[in-house]
Amino acid sequence: MTEAIVEQTEETIKPPATSVGVIGWIKANLFNSWFNAVLTIVILYFFWKIVPSFIRWAFIDSLWMSTGAECHEAGGACWSIIPANIRFILFGFFPYELQWRPLLAMIMLVGLLYYSQNRKHWKKSLAYAWFIGLFIMGLLMKGGLFGLAPVESSQWGGLPLTLLLSVFGLTAAYPLGVLFALGRQSRMPAIKTVCVVYIELIRGVPLITLLFMSSVVFPLFLPEGITINKILRAQVAIILFTAAYIAEVVRGGLQGMSKGQYEAAESIGLNYYQTMRLVILPQALKIVIPPTVSQLISAFKDTSLVVIIALYDLLKTTQSVLSDPKWMGFSTEAYIFIALIYFVCCFFMSNYSRKLEQELDTGL
Amino acid sequence: MQEISDGTTADNIPEKVPFFNDPAKRSIMFQLGVMLILVLLGYYLIANTMANLERQSIATGLGFLEKESSFEIGESLISYSAADTYARALLVGVINTLIVSFIGIILTVILGTVIGVARLSANWLVSRMAAVYIEVFQNIPVLLQLFFWYAIFYEFLPSPRQALGPVTGVFLSNRGLVFAVPASHPAHKYMAVAFLGGCVLVYLLRRWARKRQESTGKPFPVFRVSVGIIIGLPLITWWLAGAPTAMDVPVLAGFNFKGGVNISPEFSALLLGLVLYTAAFVAEAVRAGIQSVSKGQTEAAMSMGLKSGKVLNLVILPQALRVIIPPLTNQMLSLTKNSSLAVAIGYPDFVSVAGTTINQTGQAMEGIAMMMVVYLFFSLTTSAFMNWYNKKTALVER
Amino acid sequence: MMSNKQPEKNEKESSNDAIIEIIEMHKWFGEFHVLNNINLKVRKQERIVICGPSGSGKSTLIRCVNRLEEHQRGRIIVDGTELTNDVKNIEKIRAEVGMVFQQFNLFPHLNIIENLTLGPIWARKVPKKEAEETAMYYLEKVHIPEQALKYPGQLSGGQQQRVAIARSLCMNPKVMLFDEPTSALDPEMVKEVLDVMMSLAREGMTMIVVSHEMGFAKSVAHRVLFMDFGRVVEENTPKEFFENPQHERTKLFLSQILH
Repeated sequence: MTEAIVEQTEETIKPPATSVGVIGWIKANLFNSWFNAVLTIVILYFFWKIVPSFIRWAFIDSLWMSTGAECHEAGGACWSIIPANIRFILFGFFPYELQWRPLLAMIMLVGLLYYSQNRKHWKKSLAYAWFIGLFIMGLLMKGGLFGLAPVESSQWGGLPLTLLLSVFGLTAAYPLGVLFALGRQSRMPAIKTVCVVYIELIRGVPLITLLFMSSVVFPLFLPEGITINKILRAQVAIILFTAAYIAEVVRGGLQGMSKGQYEAAESIGLNYYQTMRLVILPQALKIVIPPTVSQLISAFKDTSLVVIIALYDLLKTTQSVLSDPKWMGFSTEAYIFIALIYFVCCFFMSNYSRKLEQELDTGL
Repeated sequence: MQEISDGTTADNIPEKVPFFNDPAKRSIMFQLGVMLILVLLGYYLIANTMANLERQSIATGLGFLEKESSFEIGESLISYSAADTYARALLVGVINTLIVSFIGIILTVILGTVIGVARLSANWLVSRMAAVYIEVFQNIPVLLQLFFWYAIFYEFLPSPRQALGPVTGVFLSNRGLVFAVPASHPAHKYMAVAFLGGCVLVYLLRRWARKRQESTGKPFPVFRVSVGIIIGLPLITWWLAGAPTAMDVPVLAGFNFKGGVNISPEFSALLLGLVLYTAAFVAEAVRAGIQSVSKGQTEAAMSMGLKSGKVLNLVILPQALRVIIPPLTNQMLSLTKNSSLAVAIGYPDFVSVAGTTINQTGQAMEGIAMMMVVYLFFSLTTSAFMNWYNKKTALVER
Repeated sequence: MMSNKQPEKNEKESSNDAIIEIIEMHKWFGEFHVLNNINLKVRKQERIVICGPSGSGKSTLIRCVNRLEEHQRGRIIVDGTELTNDVKNIEKIRAEVGMVFQQFNLFPHLNIIENLTLGPIWARKVPKKEAEETAMYYLEKVHIPEQALKYPGQLSGGQQQRVAIARSLCMNPKVMLFDEPTSALDPEMVKEVLDVMMSLAREGMTMIVVSHEMGFAKSVAHRVLFMDFGRVVEENTPKEFFENPQHERTKLFLSQILH
């Protein structure tokens, strides 16, 4: 066969109508097989049954700014429980007139976090900014200097307490975790054993046992007369807990480092600390940023456990409101509100982690 | 003698290295130093603790285990009353933890797998809904979820006198879910035996079917026949024993139901909260596992003419399971640890019972140590299993 | 081992000698017209090489033949069976058509023998011993019988691709499709795979090969097709194709790859 194909006239033929456009999308995504067609119909039916009654409960019959009594009369959702109690839910027992201080502290925190998002800002000046920022936030909460009235830590509560426990928890846990990870990789048997025992012990027990320990056992460790306030004890427990998990995350990064890096550093004449500080850790820590952010999200969620040792974080303040007879019975609405707060924070953090992962993937 | 600067003398004996420059000696000194600090710290803490315990007249040791507990436990699988010892109370706690963890793990694996597969569905609605589920349930603290479900149970459900009856014999109220079960009958023992016998039979059947396929090439519908045997044998036994149909029906007596099986709202809320939360993480692990198998594998298998069921069983699942099992085991462990949150909604799991014990005896050290030991046992067993599994299924590479 | 079914004789257009017929075939990815009016008849024992720039649709074309991609218009007939949505037809065709992928796609969790016997045992219901004998036979043909118990991860790229070819041969296909079989190989391993393909050709296998290996095309192909933008632009014997390209695009392409 020695023919050459003759050029056809360039008439464009359109694809079949059922495979493009909206119809094409619907066919390809919702009805692309018998099973899927049935599923789509069942799901749409389910929505049609449930969604209208939910919308009626949540938005149409609901009250947004009423009193408790009015809420009990009406049948819809009682969202008014939130506006009526918002100051207590958010700030706990912090003195009413001084609540601008925790508010300011939270705004600063959110601002710093937002600024730190952009990788271009990751310079030494950022670390200083954080340091100063954390100091100012602590000052705003505690008072006692610069004319700010002192506020006992037993009065700290609500959202600032949650944020405080998570942020300080992770900031302190991170270096501690890195140390434990390095210790676990060490060739010195005593150090390695101590680190392994610590990490496996802490990771093997639920956080609540450590919180119980902080609440009941830590006071026993101290000599007579010295007490540490409850929040600090819980903070220490959270730090110790998170550090063990960070240690495992960092260990993953360290194990991913090729032997050649260690060898190159040795041949230049760097000692152990220099090697770790200048060569290994910068690379290893960068690799494990995504699982580290994931750990921050977990730490944030775990602060809610301090409810059980009666610390007034966001969850506990809400529960106190619910035990008020005026507002009893509206747990669903209140819990949905806090769930939204947690969800928004965690969702942003996990989105950020995903974005970061993508950026680092293409960059390396 | 000449000083040769390579560290040896002219006789080629290595110079004695100054004590503190020898890395081996340095390392030993460092370790000794760290151990010394730890020992001193430990001594300090223990001394303080002993002093404090004495001052507060708190006993030490495990003697309290033999004492009478004098508190009731809401639900228990084994018989227990306030006159029993603390040891028995703690045992009840452990059993409760195991029950909720065991059932929770089974339900979570099923639900998580379904959602994980749904996440990858070609149906846009299904995959979007799965994605929303995963995002929502992962990002809300598990304790909040437990409180939420518990609140739903006792705020939305009526009292037993006005219990909901969705199906005859099933009653839903704020005291729990009650339903009828077959009344105790000797036939049940025989049915259990028949079930076990059926399992053995299925095992032998599989071996025989595999041998037959290897020698003749003809496949045998092992799955369908196995299901038939496992359901059929107990059913036949039941029929032979006279087909007993007497039921233990719950009846409203006073303020609550008597008879039947009662699942408390605490247990239900705990189970529901734990399962829904952990399933979101399992779904992600399942999804990642399935996606880890490259599309080319499916294409190669299909190009050979294998049906999609076989492609799944022989090519995709073995590879996907390798990636799924480690995080799955972690989630199972996480569920077991999270079951300790039962103390917050009043289900008497081990932590809850131990907490009450601590309150009554004041012996916090022993109580918390016991809590940790029990959970450590779970964790270490799970780690050991995972290590074994990883070794066994590692892909052989250069 | 194989059940011979009677080819359907009610299609007057199919010529008796053609084992693959593609008639006015079109395919779109959304709005993108990836295959535009493809007409191709492949006779038994014929060897076709398809070349062209990336994105021209050549891989999509052969993937349509074993239904890894679906065509939207036109007909594809393989060994008398028409390729439609009917699952039975698809399975029948896939058993007759072997495919070798650019990325080999060996099953990493099975050893070599298990890779080769998977299809015969489960799709053709062959007893295990017979399947293993066939597998060893083809392993010897591709010159690596000693690797039988190793795992794919332990083999080099060239070895893996030869195993992949043997794996397809174990199903006794009538046609072999090759989708850029040597493109993912290190240069020193390309020859060993091409040698296997050439010995296959000498034994009379019908082959459609998408490849840039022009030496292979020159020595073994009956026809060379050049595709661009979804169309078959030129089709000729190797001699004519390389010495007398008719179209500007063909000339341009050849000048780019034959330097």
